[in-house]
Amino acid sequence: MKSTAPVPAYTLNHPRWYRKRVSTYWWLQRWEYLRFVLREISSVFIAYFVVLMLFEVYFLARGPQAYADFQDLLKNPLIIALNFVSFFFVVFHSITWFNLSARAMTVRVAGKRVPGFLISGSNFAAWVVISTVIVWFLMRG
Amino acid sequence: MEAKPSQLRLEPLLWILFSAGGVVAAFLIPAHLFVQGLAIPLGWSKTTDYETAKAFVAHPLVRLYLFVLCSVPLFHAAHRIRYTLYDGLQIKHLNEVIAVCSYGGAVVGTLVAAHLLWSFR
Repeated sequence: MKSTAPVPAYTLNHPRWYRKRVSTYWWLQRWEYLRFVLREISSVFIAYFVVLMLFEVYFLARGPQAYADFQDLLKNPLIIALNFVSFFFVVFHSITWFNLSARAMTVRVAGKRVPGFLISGSNFAAWVVISTVIVWFLMRG
Repeated sequence: MEAKPSQLRLEPLLWILFSAGGVVAAFLIPAHLFVQGLAIPLGWSKTTDYETAKAFVAHPLVRLYLFVLCSVPLFHAAHRIRYTLYDGLQIKHLNEVIAVCSYGGAVVGTLVAAHLLWSFR
């Protein structure tokens, strides 16, 4: 005998969930959000640096005149300004990256967890040493 | 959840490249950009003469170093640009296009770097 109870009408659809619309400019609403987006945007300037570096190699391979012309082009105030902005962004990347490293890594010595500031601190110290070596190499002429 | 098997296999590799690129960029790029982009053009440091610079870059270890400097940071940037467009500007319908363009750009940059440095003489 067939059941007389009404069969619920199952469908693949379900009632729409309530979702509050997020503004496209959500990242302007709080400093923390803006800082996050600025950190992500630093990667654009990292890509820009790679392009600059590749041009440097390219013109170095092309000959003395091409290389000298390129060095003159780098003296253009617009490029200096761009490099200045880029420098702040890549430094911002380094600082945020080293601060994150403490949270991304768990280092244990003799069974005890190394505190975060030591991990970040050692990264910052290594950064200073490496940067000094690079600057020394590039500026010694 | 809806990722195709190919995406699932690729994602960890892309994340490793992102992470490695972040480390390389954090340690090396500020010093390079400071000297090459500001100090030398502004005359705070004397320009390296052509022959010295060329001989230096011609060294295989220097070229290997430059290849690392000019490749993995591109994958780092590609990853961040991809997700910034995805989350920040909420361009979700172009997900595939953005992924192909950003990682594709990194691959192209890496090939250009490999070519320039391999054929450098």
